[in-house]
Amino acid sequence: MTAPEQRSGRFRMMDAQRVNLDGFSTENPDLGLMSFSSPHDPEPGIRVRDGVVVEMDGRTVEEFDSIDHFIARHGLDLAVAPEVMAMDERELARLLVDSATPRDEVVRLTSGMTPAKIARVLAGLKPVEMQMAIMKMRVRRTPANQAHVTNRMDDPLLIAADAATAVAFGFRELETTVPVLHDAPAVAMALLIGSQVPAAGALTQCAVEEGLELKLGMRGLVSYAETVSLYGTERVFVDGDDTPWSKAFLVSGYASRGIKMRVSSGAGSEVLMGYAEGKSMGYLEARCVALARAMGAQGVQNGGIDGASVAASVPGGVRELLSENLMVMMRNLESCSGNDTLMSESDMRRTARTLPLFLAGSDFIFSGFGSVPRYDNMFGPSNFNANDLDDYLVLQRDWGVDGGLRSADEQTVLELRRKAAEATRAVYRYLGLADFSDEHLESVVTAEGSKDLAEPDSLAVLHASRVIQESGLTGLDVVRALDECGYPEEAERVLGMLRARVQGDYLQTAAIFDEQMNVLSGVTDPNDYSGPGTGYEMPAERRREIDTVRQQRSVIDLVSEQDRHALPGVLTDAGPASPGDDPREVVIGLSPALAVSLHQTLSGLTVYEVLKELAAGLEEEGCEARLVRVQATIDVGFIGLAAARLAGSGIGIGLQAKGTALIHRRDLAPLMNLELFSVAPLVTREMYRAMGINAGRHAKGSTPDPVRNAYTDEAITARYHTRVVSMVAVERAHSRPDLPPQEVRWNR
Amino acid sequence: MEPLTPRAVSGRPIDELTLERARSGELTLDDIRIHPDTLLHQAAQADRFGNSQLAESLRRGAEMAMLGDEELMRLYEALRPGRSTAAELREIADGLAAQGMPRCAELVSEAADVYARCGLAP
Repeated sequence: MTAPEQRSGRFRMMDAQRVNLDGFSTENPDLGLMSFSSPHDPEPGIRVRDGVVVEMDGRTVEEFDSIDHFIARHGLDLAVAPEVMAMDERELARLLVDSATPRDEVVRLTSGMTPAKIARVLAGLKPVEMQMAIMKMRVRRTPANQAHVTNRMDDPLLIAADAATAVAFGFRELETTVPVLHDAPAVAMALLIGSQVPAAGALTQCAVEEGLELKLGMRGLVSYAETVSLYGTERVFVDGDDTPWSKAFLVSGYASRGIKMRVSSGAGSEVLMGYAEGKSMGYLEARCVALARAMGAQGVQNGGIDGASVAASVPGGVRELLSENLMVMMRNLESCSGNDTLMSESDMRRTARTLPLFLAGSDFIFSGFGSVPRYDNMFGPSNFNANDLDDYLVLQRDWGVDGGLRSADEQTVLELRRKAAEATRAVYRYLGLADFSDEHLESVVTAEGSKDLAEPDSLAVLHASRVIQESGLTGLDVVRALDECGYPEEAERVLGMLRARVQGDYLQTAAIFDEQMNVLSGVTDPNDYSGPGTGYEMPAERRREIDTVRQQRSVIDLVSEQDRHALPGVLTDAGPASPGDDPREVVIGLSPALAVSLHQTLSGLTVYEVLKELAAGLEEEGCEARLVRVQATIDVGFIGLAAARLAGSGIGIGLQAKGTALIHRRDLAPLMNLELFSVAPLVTREMYRAMGINAGRHAKGSTPDPVRNAYTDEAITARYHTRVVSMVAVERAHSRPDLPPQEVRWNR
Repeated sequence: MEPLTPRAVSGRPIDELTLERARSGELTLDDIRIHPDTLLHQAAQADRFGNSQLAESLRRGAEMAMLGDEELMRLYEALRPGRSTAAELREIADGLAAQGMPRCAELVSEAADVYARCGLAP
């Protein structure tokens, strides 16, 4: 028997990290577990005879599968193909990155690239080069974001309230789905109502079986569709019960009803279905995107989607996910850029997955930011969720980047949730669908998620859906009901969404509505990035929205918070201080604003409590505290030294209003000291008492054990530095370099 | 040819889609359906944008705009894998051509050809 293997404490610690809950796979080309460049990927190539593609990417027309046929017949500009297919891939990669090469030129060249060619070009780009390319290549100038709005119970009032919340935070597309398929019509209707409560124009979608989804669209209950799935191998395509031709028909079918749509693809689905044909994920996705363009879809949702974690399990997989979005943009299609699957248990890893695209900007940065709690997301948790919303808003502010969202104030959100839930209840009642109690409505308004609701009557939702189906209710009935129930503004907005489908302008590439119902698309708002100083710049109003996070505090906010802790009259200045001669006297030097404008230290203790502890400690050693305000400086070392020089014992304590304290002796250099509490937020009452005791012992000439500084491994500076800056500014404003130390009378 | 005010399939101009008319129950589903002419106009726009495939899809959509929902779903179903023989698809294509839907007919007849080659038809 061998001895048990020795374990390293370091490795045990590393094993316990959340990143090690994720699965990591070795590359396996036969299973398609390769991000780019599988040995089975074909050589890029094209042969055209009499205007017909007879060979593409290593297959002759006789060997084509149905995907090849569709791409070869519809997807390539054969006038450009010979030119671009002869170009060096590295040269093409450079044109993508080079901001001096116009976007249109890259779009033109891409139109002649076969899937294998585009896959090879992108395999040669480094991550930051992809970001540069994405900045230039995305279709719409103004970035936007899409939310998932779902809940475990298909509760319509909660759907409506959460839809309103999402729009309040800035989302312009809302996607729902249902755990119970038959609930779909009721949920779609609630989403439509809630989405129009805070502002006009958010698009809504109900992702269900393709036939039912189209029917909901035909009746005006949803305004876009995106779950029209494409796959990179024929076998998986057919397993999905479609062909490129049936999907192309469906794409036009949506157009025929004036409904915006995009297709969905993304790495990993072929691997999960066990039929990747040994090809790399990058190549298979290049086929999907070529097919999307060939079919006439205006946009693509990709970047992994459900298979994101499969891609992320192999080397270079996250880079592959980003490259998928870029392929879409190069084909001049709307990119709805994934980031909608929680691809790791590690916060660092999932953030790193999203950050490059977030910084570069996309038509939709997420194709489903989980705007609801993770447990309510019926698509499965997204890469970012409701509990990450503040992080996301702060990331926008940190980088000065428009990620499509904005802060919302708590009371405003509560009002919007109430209005959305009330309007939906009224419509449901008016149309004879269901009745909801006041108690239920109240719980919806304040809920974090469905776990805060009483167990609902699930049959009520089914019943509502059946009535909607059987009586053929449409968006027009919603308009009428809203209007009759006293919601004319919401009625007008829902009607606006119906009018939009007759108008048809939002069928153009990358179209969204702004809150004034202007269409922003590749046609009306084209991306014009061509290097630094060009492209999308946030308007001043938008910049303000991004900068103004609800947690921000100004010096004025701080001073008014400080005022609440003031004890007027406890400390009063009493003229210039003179040196003492009592050997038991220790002087406590106060900073300029202490007890004048600043009353609470960073630890939460008031300055009065701190003084009491210091004085009590001194008294325990038979010493006496005298207070002096040192107004000439805000530096705690100089304050302590000035105090020591006035003290009969030669020992002084310096104290700043934020709570930083030290013991000084009159013969030491200013920046020396005997003991220092440098991390003010962590100093406790007992520690101040101990500092008082030690100062007393120094006064008596003994050498006490220094009190250990408190320590934490938390981001203590991040938590307190804004307050420190404000407090220092206030101290500075009260400092008077010309004034000698002042005696302070302490009216205990 | 730029339609100044798009009309719905019903023929009603878009600016007549008002709250008053919705309230009185005067509006029907055909009043919120896009008109084929509008889709052709959008197709021309897509061509100017440089996306001839999107334009083609919108033109196919213009042909489908007058089809009923059930008919549309029936055609989609027929195009799904293993549903129709190549001959059946050709028959559907002929029917579409006869109804003045040449682009849809072309799509279906192409499917008949490719499904037969790739074994997607029963």
